[in-house]
Amino acid sequence: MHSANHLSNARQLLRRLKPYRWMLLQALVFLIVLDGLRITQPKFTQYAIDWYIIPRDLTGLRWLAAIYLGVLIVSALCQFFLNLLLKSAALRALADIRNELFQKLQRQDVAYIDSTPTGRVMTCLTSDVEALEELFTSGLTDILGGAIRIASVIAIMLWMDVRLTLVALITVPTFLVATTFFMRQTRHGYDVLRGRLGQINIFLQEHLSGALIIQIFNRETKSIARFSEINNQSRAASMKPIYHLALFFPLVDLIGAVGVALIMWYGGWRVMSSGGKLLSLGALVAFVQYSGQLFQPLREIADRYTGLQGAVVSAQRIFTMLSLPAEIQSPSQPRKTGRAQGQIEFEHVWFAYNDEDWVLKDVSFKVEAGQSVAVVGRTGAGKTTITNLLLRFYDVQRGRILLDGVDVREWDLKSLRENFAVVLQDLLLFPDTVESNIRLGREEISAERVEWAAREVCADHFIRLLPNGYHTTVQERGGGLSAGQKQLITLARALVSEPSLLILDEATNSVDTETERVVQRAVERVMHGRTTFQVAHHLSTVRKTSLIIVLEHGEVYEQGNHQKLLAERGLYWQLYQLQSSTLRVSVALPKLS
Amino acid sequence: MTNLHGLIPYFRPYKKRLAIAIVCSFASVFITLLVPGIIGRAIDDLYAGLDWAKLARYTATIIGVSITGGLLLFLHRICVFTMSRHIEHDLRDDLYRHVQRMPFSFFGAYSTGDLMTRLTGDVTAVRHISGMVVIYTLQAVFVFLLTLPFMLRISPSLTLLLFLTMPLITWVAQHFGKRVEARSEEIQAIAGQISARVQENLTGVRLIRAYAREEAEEKAFNQINCSYVAQSMSLHQLFGVMRSLMQFMMGIGFVLIIGYGGTLAISGAITIGQFTEFNLYLARLIWPLIAAGNAINLYQCGMASLARINAIKNVEPEITEPTDVSELPPIAGRIEFRNLTFKYTGANAPVISYINLSIEDGKTVAFVGRTGTGKSTLMNLIPRLIDPPPDTVFVDGISLHNCSRAWVRASIGYVPQETLLFSDTLAENIAFGVNHADRADVEWAAEIAGLTDDVRNFPEGFDTLVGERGLTLSGGQKQRTAIARAVIRRPRILILDNALSNVDAYTEEKILTRLRAEIRGQTSLIVSHRISAVRDADLICVINQGRISERGTHDELLRQRGEYAALYEQELAEDA
Repeated sequence: MHSANHLSNARQLLRRLKPYRWMLLQALVFLIVLDGLRITQPKFTQYAIDWYIIPRDLTGLRWLAAIYLGVLIVSALCQFFLNLLLKSAALRALADIRNELFQKLQRQDVAYIDSTPTGRVMTCLTSDVEALEELFTSGLTDILGGAIRIASVIAIMLWMDVRLTLVALITVPTFLVATTFFMRQTRHGYDVLRGRLGQINIFLQEHLSGALIIQIFNRETKSIARFSEINNQSRAASMKPIYHLALFFPLVDLIGAVGVALIMWYGGWRVMSSGGKLLSLGALVAFVQYSGQLFQPLREIADRYTGLQGAVVSAQRIFTMLSLPAEIQSPSQPRKTGRAQGQIEFEHVWFAYNDEDWVLKDVSFKVEAGQSVAVVGRTGAGKTTITNLLLRFYDVQRGRILLDGVDVREWDLKSLRENFAVVLQDLLLFPDTVESNIRLGREEISAERVEWAAREVCADHFIRLLPNGYHTTVQERGGGLSAGQKQLITLARALVSEPSLLILDEATNSVDTETERVVQRAVERVMHGRTTFQVAHHLSTVRKTSLIIVLEHGEVYEQGNHQKLLAERGLYWQLYQLQSSTLRVSVALPKLS
Repeated sequence: MTNLHGLIPYFRPYKKRLAIAIVCSFASVFITLLVPGIIGRAIDDLYAGLDWAKLARYTATIIGVSITGGLLLFLHRICVFTMSRHIEHDLRDDLYRHVQRMPFSFFGAYSTGDLMTRLTGDVTAVRHISGMVVIYTLQAVFVFLLTLPFMLRISPSLTLLLFLTMPLITWVAQHFGKRVEARSEEIQAIAGQISARVQENLTGVRLIRAYAREEAEEKAFNQINCSYVAQSMSLHQLFGVMRSLMQFMMGIGFVLIIGYGGTLAISGAITIGQFTEFNLYLARLIWPLIAAGNAINLYQCGMASLARINAIKNVEPEITEPTDVSELPPIAGRIEFRNLTFKYTGANAPVISYINLSIEDGKTVAFVGRTGTGKSTLMNLIPRLIDPPPDTVFVDGISLHNCSRAWVRASIGYVPQETLLFSDTLAENIAFGVNHADRADVEWAAEIAGLTDDVRNFPEGFDTLVGERGLTLSGGQKQRTAIARAVIRRPRILILDNALSNVDAYTEEKILTRLRAEIRGQTSLIVSHRISAVRDADLICVINQGRISERGTHDELLRQRGEYAALYEQELAEDA
């Protein structure tokens, strides 16, 4: 199973290198020339001894040295271009893989991203891709180049003396056995090690994001201790492969030395027994040097062994992520695209995030285009889930949701979402300018329009007071902006584009009552005649909507407008009573003049 | 070089290991260098005529010597490798400890993704300095030092000629080194951007999907990705030139041997065996020299990363005192603001001006006011998330500047506006801020925070995993968990910064009432937009553009018929 995996991983890797095959082919040419030149070097020694030194030919010797200088210059140039081409192909292929992973994430189910620690995904896109770099560059030069060099050295050795070559190659099977043994021993170790590294990333992501909570609660010592624990585990995991790695390199050396010893022993005997006829003394020296060259590539591979092994494990993780199935996709032939009227219908919708823990049970309601709707209920009643389903972050398990009479699953996904503008509960701003945060990449929106939207939601005033006004960069944790201010920016973001449908998920709960009222009016103005979907607590907002849906334990408890629900004296009436009573129990209000 | 100084102390605990490594490296190099001599002598003997027994002895010697050398090499490598992993571990531990002591402003300046890169990728790059770089350098140095006498013994003039190229090689390494370092620092910075981008993208997944920004995100990511490739390419061009030059210069040695050494052999100044031996020595030098090239690359990348790590380490932690404050008495909870004016660095105007307010311990004070008028800033000053100017904020009569942060914080229960829970069980999240909490404590805190009913519906009750790897809680549930997290500490000062905005007014009222009943004598500071939440406070302050514009009890303020009364009227009118 392992080898099948490796094969498919190798095929996947090769596929990513394919666009750069011309670059790689050129690199291969340089590689062959380079290796060809490199193996001539012992020959120079041999000819120097046999042709010039023994016959005492000084001029010939000088010529030989000059030729060798030429060889060196060509080698240096080849080396340079080889590296450049290889790196360039590898870096581009890696950038492609990184892009591919990122694109995959943009299309991956929200459910996957919700349930996978951010740190793990980050590890894949950063360290795992970087680990592949080793495989693509050193791997290619060392393994491919090494193979060529070994093959050509063997060819020359065979040409020089077949029997001696066979003796010299006796050690090769030993080497292969040793390599497979170490491969098997360390693979598991690297797997564990990379897993540990992932854990470090997961921990860091969470604990750096939450650094302030940790500090306020005096948990620094505890957090540091826990990090230390994970860090220790990672170190422990690295120790086992280290022993193998430390042993592997000297072992390769030793096998090489045994090869030299064998050559001396058998070669020396051949020189002795034939008086230099079967094998010249110079040839023996060259043979010793060649056997050194035979092991040089193996040494280099041995030295980069950690990186290569790590890369194999990383490749596995990358391709696993790339092959994850995404459930929620745009239909290949959408029944509907473009702008929606805004009519929404939930038909017996059942939904659970996991298994059968139903969050919504048989929910049905209908919203006419242009109507404004409020969803009320206790926290955890499933209000936000309705938003998740409308935007198709998740798909329903039973029943269906219709937009303009068409199941949302049959809508073109991009069009579906473009019809909505959303203000989510999380006050999320990107570390970009305030203007970009309102525009959010929609280039067609003018700067004037951005300012208009900000004015509508009472954000213009404070934005202008920021150091660079609309061009002030927001920091990651929104430093410098209060939660209320951030909320106003997210509101401006939703209103700026005149959407067909607006979803406000508790979108004004961080702002004061006065601002809330102004914002509500702005929403009414901008969304006049368009569908607005609000999750709200403030009954003042709820009261004015044409439809109120009361959720309780995932079921629609009752629905209707304010008057109707009050008249029914049901749950809404109770909530209403409770909420107004919290205010009413107070002293009589003196009249304001 | 100053960067390297910071790294040296990390070697200290592993002195012994390093010493063994140096000795073994020296010994193994010495022993393996015997091999060319043996071969040279064997060749000379062959030339002169040799018998079987002698040849076998030569063979056995080569193998024996190689085994010893190999063992020493193994020892050397194991010492250095383990040392480098220890140093990596120590450095990462230290760095994390340091980051955890950084002030509020630090986390605004450095994104999570960037910090993560520094703690992982950069630390690994530095590990190579203490690992492969040490191995390569020791080998190169010893091979040179030890080959030198062998070569000098054969022919001093030839040896000197060979080493003529050495200064050139060093010059090349130095000349390129600086630029390599600068470029790798840029590359690491881009790596930080990549990781930050991924992090933002994942955090903002709903927003990005809802606004169909996937393609724009991909484009932006591709841009960073491309600049990463471009920067890396420019680095590798440098590497390429540097390596080719170095290899060329090493090759010159061979030319000299053939040309000049051959002449010496012809003239009989050296034997053919010595000529061969010389060649073999040179071949021995090639590997360490290539390795030295690698070492220089690794070293420079590591130095660039070390500079990035030091940039963080050089940020002075504001919290220098030990966090163990168990022996200090808890604070009573009296808070005083004296003529407090506060301006963020870089801001045009102060957010808070001339605040004078004294809060007796055990009192509840509420703050109301428009969005962005400085209420949160005021709250952040008390646990010293932001440092107030000297002698403006006092706790128990002591200027905050003179108190230990840890001491003040130990007595504070703080619930910020935006809730962050950790990927852990609900119980662990609630018990986050206390050293020991049994289930009864957790249940008590959850009960006060109005969580009990919700927990009953969770698959595994208090042991349900929440956060990234578990159940997704609703906004209101998260906020109530955060309240429980603060309450379980039984704090002397409780700060609720609009902490129940995702909970309906009725539930909020219920939670606040229980809080008052359960925890007597605690000072409470409540920021809220709802009159119902602040009505029962001992004192209500209306904050307007950073100043207290009105203060008094609910009744007093209503009688004043100012801002507060207007606010109340409005809310009443809207909700009635």
